[in-house]
Amino acid sequence: FMEPRPPTPSSLPSKLTVNFVLPYAAELSKAEVDMVIVPATTGQMGILPGHVPTIAELKPGLLSVHEGNDVKKYFISSGFAFVHSNSYADILAVEAVPLDRIDPAQVQKGLSEFTQKLNSASTDLDKAEAQIGVDVHSALNSALTG
Amino acid sequence: MASTAAVPFWRSAGMTYITYSNICANLVRNCLKEPYKSEAISREKVHFSVTKWADGKPQKPTIRSDSPEE
Repeated sequence: FMEPRPPTPSSLPSKLTVNFVLPYAAELSKAEVDMVIVPATTGQMGILPGHVPTIAELKPGLLSVHEGNDVKKYFISSGFAFVHSNSYADILAVEAVPLDRIDPAQVQKGLSEFTQKLNSASTDLDKAEAQIGVDVHSALNSALTG
Repeated sequence: MASTAAVPFWRSAGMTYITYSNICANLVRNCLKEPYKSEAISREKVHFSVTKWADGKPQKPTIRSDSPEE
């Protein structure tokens, strides 16, 4: 019932085939694009056709899909990106929202709230949760302003 | 050869990846504009019952839910 994996072509394909999926919907399914830039934990990573097979853990940040002159940007909360040798990229995210759906006031409020929590946190777990809050809100902030 | 991979701060604080990922997702959902925010929150509501077993017999089930019980 499952489709077999598309074979690795002998010459470099011109397009990257992207499957960008969320737990509740497939945002992109076998979309042929020129490039995607994903927010990996090691930094923004650009994926072009012919990219070396990679598994990357994603951090909260901006994902951009480049097709010709269009760029579609999404903010993702976390996830993974898999690049296969046949120039297929699978991007799995838990939450992905287009930037215009983010409320900047809430982001600022969250950022100051969590920065405060980080300063007053006592246990390791509280500190970790507050740090996550600060990271996510600062990433949201820079996605909105950058 | 010792493994030199740096441990992320949440892992060293005792948190698992899935907990970290869920916290990030909840924070992002809280920063959405309406109506997307209420859609996202209602989409992620869960309601389930957990039954622990002992000696081959089920114990009293506990219900875990995000929707208020009337």
